[in-house]
Amino acid sequence: MQDAVLAMLAKEPSHGYHLHDRLRRSLGPLGEAMNRGQIYVTLARLERAGLVVCERADGLPERPERKVYALTPAGQQRVAAWLAEVGWPKPDLAEFHLKLAAAAAARLADPVELVAAQRRELLRRLREVQQAVLAEPAGQPAGLLLEGVVLRLQADLRWLDACERAWSEVDDDVEGG
Amino acid sequence: MNVSSAAIRACGLVKTHGQGQSRVRAVDEVDLEVPQGQMLAVMGPSGCGKSTLLHLLGGLERPTDGEVWVAGRRIDTMSERALARMRRRSVGFVFQAFHLVEELSATENVELPALLAGRSRRQAGRSRRQARRRAGLLLERVGLAARARHLPSQLSGGQRQRVAVARALVNDPLVVLADEPTGNLDTAATLDVLRIFQELRAAGQTFVIVTHDERVAATADRLVSMRDGMFVDDTRLDGSHTGGLGGLIGLGG
Repeated sequence: MQDAVLAMLAKEPSHGYHLHDRLRRSLGPLGEAMNRGQIYVTLARLERAGLVVCERADGLPERPERKVYALTPAGQQRVAAWLAEVGWPKPDLAEFHLKLAAAAAARLADPVELVAAQRRELLRRLREVQQAVLAEPAGQPAGLLLEGVVLRLQADLRWLDACERAWSEVDDDVEGG
Repeated sequence: MNVSSAAIRACGLVKTHGQGQSRVRAVDEVDLEVPQGQMLAVMGPSGCGKSTLLHLLGGLERPTDGEVWVAGRRIDTMSERALARMRRRSVGFVFQAFHLVEELSATENVELPALLAGRSRRQAGRSRRQARRRAGLLLERVGLAARARHLPSQLSGGQRQRVAVARALVNDPLVVLADEPTGNLDTAATLDVLRIFQELRAAGQTFVIVTHDERVAATADRLVSMRDGMFVDDTRLDGSHTGGLGGLIGLGG
């Protein structure tokens, strides 16, 4: 969030509410939950870190919405570094994988049932995103983000199918042997 | 749930293929009820019996055992003639391979089932005009008014499937049965078809959709998973919510 806000200031110095509008436009329905307070909190942190400066319009009472934020040289460097960075969020599959193994080993729960419950949860999420995709007019930039969320959920669902197959076979082996 | 509100109902449904040793239960003791205005998705690996189930529900095949009710009428014991009439009037089919008549224009393809369902020779002229008008309205509804005179070969895959959807609706069926309706389509065309399905469902149309695409299944109210002819999971997708879209991309709400 901090990096994204900084990068948006690279275009021009901006009011907090203006940044908020731009972020929400880019995120589409996924950004609806984001409130303006989060932007101001982020800007305050960036200011303390010396990455942005706040210019106040003269002669006006001090209120957050009067402030205009601009990048400092350090802020500009940070934006350049962020753009060059190739880090990528890692989905935490290991935790679920270990949950299944532990449940099976201790006979706490049937891994196949755990997979089925997880699958239902992901399908409900997929439905929610898919509703947003269908409601979004084609060609909107936010549609692209929704598409990414859909593809990730689909990948997770396929992995759960593989988990279900594998753990069903374990069951069969136990019953057969 | 009372019986009259179910558009489709099946109980103890069994369909076997083959003889003796090679006998396979394609559908194995399935019970099902789809209320009017609901969308049910059926998922499962190929060969799990989901297409056979769809054929049984639509009266394209007869069950080995069990009952099928469509619109409050039992169809598995109907005569061939009555069954054919029921299919024309109450069921709209959409297939993966579109199944359009290549020699006919989009409009002619859409009006074909209406003409086949036409009642008497005396009414033929009138019903022909009505069919043409209805075909025009439906093509407009699926966004193809400008291509009404095109032959299927002049249309993209997505457009052909939209013609097939319009055709499925021409007799105002109680239920639309769709077998892998987006199986041959790219993402954009898939979304077009799903948008049309959503609009129709909002208007009260009942659907049963067989698919292997999670994103198609996720648009349904209810999803059943099939393995070896049986239902192994049943998920209601409507109702409970996950607490905001923002949470899905890690934004606080």
